[in-house]
Amino acid sequence: MQEQVKAKAIELLQNGTCDRVLAWKTGEFFYDLTPAVFTTAEEIEKDLVFNAFCGANLSKYLIAESRKGGKVAAFLKPCDTYSFQQLLKEHRIWRENTYVVGVQCDGMCDIDAVRERGVKGVTGGDFTGDTLTFETLYGTETLARADVLAERCRFCKSKKLVVFDELLGEQGEEQDADRFAEVQWLEAMTPDERFAFWQEELSKCIRCNACRNVCPACSCEKCVFDNPKSGVENKAAASSFEEQLFHVIRAFHVAGRCTDCGECARVCPQHIPLHLLNRKFIKDINEIYGPYQAGADPDTRPPLLNFDMGDPEPKRGDVG
Amino acid sequence: MQVNGQFQPTIVAFCCNWCSYAGADLSGTNRLQYPANVKIIRIPCSCRLNPMFILRAFQRGADGVILCGCHPGDCHYTTGNYYARRRMTLLFNMLEFLGIERDRTRVEWVSAAEGAKFAATMNEFVETITRLGENKRLEDLRCKSK
Amino acid sequence: MQRIGVFVCWCGSNIAATVDVEAVAEALSHEAGVVFSTNYQYMCSQAGQELIQNAIHEHKLTGVVICSCSPRMHENTFRKTCERAGINPYMVEIANIREQCSWIHKDKAVGTEKAIILGRAAIAKVLLNAPLTAGTSPVVKRALVIGGGIAGIQTALDIADAGFPVDIVEKEPTIGGKMTQIDKTFPTLDCAACILTPKMVDAAQNENIKIYSYSQVEAVKGFVGNFTVTIRRKARYVDEEKCTGCGLCTEKCPQKKVPNAFNLGLDTRRAIYIPFAQAVPKIATIDADYCTMLKTGKCGVCSKVCTAGAIDYKQQDSFVEEQYGAIVVATGYNPIKLDRFDEFAYSQSPDVVTSLELERLMNAAGPTGGTLLRPSDKTHPHTLVFVQCVGSRCDGGEKGKPYCSKICCMYTAKHAMLIREKYPDTEVYVFYIDVRTPGKNFDEFYRRAVEEYGVHYIKGMVGKVTPQNGKLYVQAADLLGGQQLKIEADMVVLAAAIEPDKSARPLATMLTASMDTNDFFTEAHPKLRPVESPTAGIFLSGACQGPKDIPETVAQAGAAASKVIGLLVKDHLTCNPCVAESNELMCNGCSACEKVCPYGAISYIDKEFRGPNRTTLLRRVAQVNPAVCQGCGACTVACPSGAMDLKGFSNAQIMAEVDAICK
Repeated sequence: MQEQVKAKAIELLQNGTCDRVLAWKTGEFFYDLTPAVFTTAEEIEKDLVFNAFCGANLSKYLIAESRKGGKVAAFLKPCDTYSFQQLLKEHRIWRENTYVVGVQCDGMCDIDAVRERGVKGVTGGDFTGDTLTFETLYGTETLARADVLAERCRFCKSKKLVVFDELLGEQGEEQDADRFAEVQWLEAMTPDERFAFWQEELSKCIRCNACRNVCPACSCEKCVFDNPKSGVENKAAASSFEEQLFHVIRAFHVAGRCTDCGECARVCPQHIPLHLLNRKFIKDINEIYGPYQAGADPDTRPPLLNFDMGDPEPKRGDVG
Repeated sequence: MQVNGQFQPTIVAFCCNWCSYAGADLSGTNRLQYPANVKIIRIPCSCRLNPMFILRAFQRGADGVILCGCHPGDCHYTTGNYYARRRMTLLFNMLEFLGIERDRTRVEWVSAAEGAKFAATMNEFVETITRLGENKRLEDLRCKSK
Repeated sequence: MQRIGVFVCWCGSNIAATVDVEAVAEALSHEAGVVFSTNYQYMCSQAGQELIQNAIHEHKLTGVVICSCSPRMHENTFRKTCERAGINPYMVEIANIREQCSWIHKDKAVGTEKAIILGRAAIAKVLLNAPLTAGTSPVVKRALVIGGGIAGIQTALDIADAGFPVDIVEKEPTIGGKMTQIDKTFPTLDCAACILTPKMVDAAQNENIKIYSYSQVEAVKGFVGNFTVTIRRKARYVDEEKCTGCGLCTEKCPQKKVPNAFNLGLDTRRAIYIPFAQAVPKIATIDADYCTMLKTGKCGVCSKVCTAGAIDYKQQDSFVEEQYGAIVVATGYNPIKLDRFDEFAYSQSPDVVTSLELERLMNAAGPTGGTLLRPSDKTHPHTLVFVQCVGSRCDGGEKGKPYCSKICCMYTAKHAMLIREKYPDTEVYVFYIDVRTPGKNFDEFYRRAVEEYGVHYIKGMVGKVTPQNGKLYVQAADLLGGQQLKIEADMVVLAAAIEPDKSARPLATMLTASMDTNDFFTEAHPKLRPVESPTAGIFLSGACQGPKDIPETVAQAGAAASKVIGLLVKDHLTCNPCVAESNELMCNGCSACEKVCPYGAISYIDKEFRGPNRTTLLRRVAQVNPAVCQGCGACTVACPSGAMDLKGFSNAQIMAEVDAICK
């Protein structure tokens, strides 16, 4: 697939379809791929990568890229197309300046899962196929892609590309994965246990803002956490409100808009399962207001911008 | 808050201007008693209630937060309380998911004529929160006790 | 830096008895920003207001907190006080220490402590207040009346008399509404047509009134003072300008078997018709459902006989767009369908009729020429049974309406009386739950029916009507007599409940006017603003607001007209300044706010902004029309970026109140 992507990228540049290509290249480490904009065939030949570590969702970058003038082509995986469509729905991306190449995805891998299987000191390798070959400081190792998938790919919600101008690989279907199992596991706990869980997890947070910065839904012109008038911003650490509730506020902000792309959890350096907050909202929305997948279609009204006169009342506790 | 060794809950009640705030006024006009723990904040409509305000109240030490608005179908702005209902449903579920007791949050629809309902609701809510005790959780969400 | 003055009111002993006002004033004087704090017996009195004004001058106050009764009571009073003293009226906040403090607490220590906290919250808020200026919007001096029944006609006449142009949109080919179908009116028994038709003619001839008959409202945009309304003029296949109303076509049309809606289907008319002789406008209309020419292209008789050349088979619906300053809803009512009440055999026997059908059967212009005859065999009925509350006052269930239809008791007394007078050989029974006659001369009227005309009023409901051998066997309970009755009747008349016209609900959506669960329009205040909708600029006339008889309808129509006139005489309207405002620098242009706005107050524009390095960026941003925004705040929460905020109830202000209370 990597070769196909490269060839397509060069073709689109050369036939004038676009003047820039948004794809991935190797970052600081071999397994740490980063989004990159290519403008020449030489760069593409040399640097463009498409392999099992292309987890990064490129749709968010199109907000800025589509406004720069000229036309930008982007390679979007199925789950990225949901984010892309959601951003289109919110009028954030200038569609006429973008050219979307949908690429089918075999699931992206998690370097931590690789490490857990004893593969360490990776210096290079081939990560394009079903079997991944790792060159390490200690020799060559192979692992099956299926064994080291990222959490979000193990519970892949859809292999369907919901919006594209052209397709590489085959169109897929929505998947029937049980992505809410972990949410249910938490729901079954006592409030004390749940609180302990979240206190433990959220206490790890170093407020690096990586989750916010990578999130396609968190693409506001100016984030409320950077806006003194919003009442939640407290950069001087004069108050603990933002500090304490950053993740909860953020989860509510993206509720109904989050496509469950899982980028927040992927980039968290502290491995906080942030996607669980979003999935809780998604699960509740599905259960209470009927199935809704953000970004799945261009015009359905988002659940929080909609209502039904027969909506149930907020659930009551047992004490009151 | 502890007063003379006794727990006195802090309760914030957000009331829409048209129905519930008027209902609260009516319970005053009729001299219907409810505890002073309840402090009312007037908002134009229940749909003005940003979930941030509730989180803020809890984080600043509130032990219970209640939203009162016009009955569904009676909103002064036609549809405001329908949006509020969805937002609160999801927010309360999330708070419960984080380990905050569900009873600390409530939505009650109180019309301008329901002074008695307002007072009864507040009496019951204060009682519930007093039984639950102090809420520290949202103050401590990211402060793991070592 | 703000300079806040705090004024604690005793309200005589109302507050002072359970709140130590001096201690409150003292405690609040130490709050940041407070430069003056005092207490006084009656802040709202002349002397109290002067005290505030003097303090504003003396201490150069920029903001004021009044600890007193509910803001619903005196917020406006104190705003005006402060405005007179030269500070912006929106720099005032009220701490409600009466209704929400002194009146609900008995312990003075508790009340005082709470009053201090409420005062603190108000101070925290006022510190973040900004001066607000109410904007103005122009008023289009033309009114629209939707519905041309007696309510709409009266409203239009009154508005026109005051010198304002007014348009009536009527969905039927003629104005006049239900009253045209009624024979006599209670309690005076004067003929409905005799009092209504002159008004219809007045409306047609008034140069300030324009009638769009056979038309309906298609779309409404805009807001109070400036509505844009699209009116669909349904194709009547007759040129209104050319038709003289001679009626020749309606005599020659070969399609004779069209149920006559005006006579409720009790007889037939032609496919081209004028509903009744006094119709206004008196113009023929082709019923496209029955016209052979329109259906098959073969006929054309009406076109051949029309000397004016008015027939136009190719006519299409057309649309008119017009600006209005005010809209009056006068969509009226209809009797409910009786298919759920088959115990009364309405669908089984033509001799079971509704009260409105009976009106037609007794009307000189009706299908029987005014002689009361049984629809089945055209014989004179000798025993008539009237059943009250058919579908009215039904508790729960799907079957009927929970409300009282209000007019049935009186018209039934009228029917009974008229029948007994004209046909003394008849026996008339009326079965009722209660007889409700609360109107001027109403009870006297009902008593006359009983005492002078010998109508048999029986408290109890009819259980079943069985048609058999040309008779109607009525089984009923006589609650007062404690017995079951069986009456062999010739006719049964059902007082069907009335319900709002079906066109009302979609219209309410277009107007963003609220309705109750029965689809009656909701008034802005049930007692104090009964002819206004909560939506500014929308007024209510007649039975669209609730069941009403003719005198009440006419009274309300006049009241609605006076409200409209009160609006139209203004050149400009002052808007509520507490409206939403979008910060363009933060707006994503995502349309979330627009989706939740019930007033359509938000639109988007593509706007150029300065970018880095002398570039310009084109961004889609939201704009709020302050004349349309009502300040609910739904958008502020929907907005993901926090660009949308509400003046007077800003995020920062509410957060500050929360902090002050939870501190």
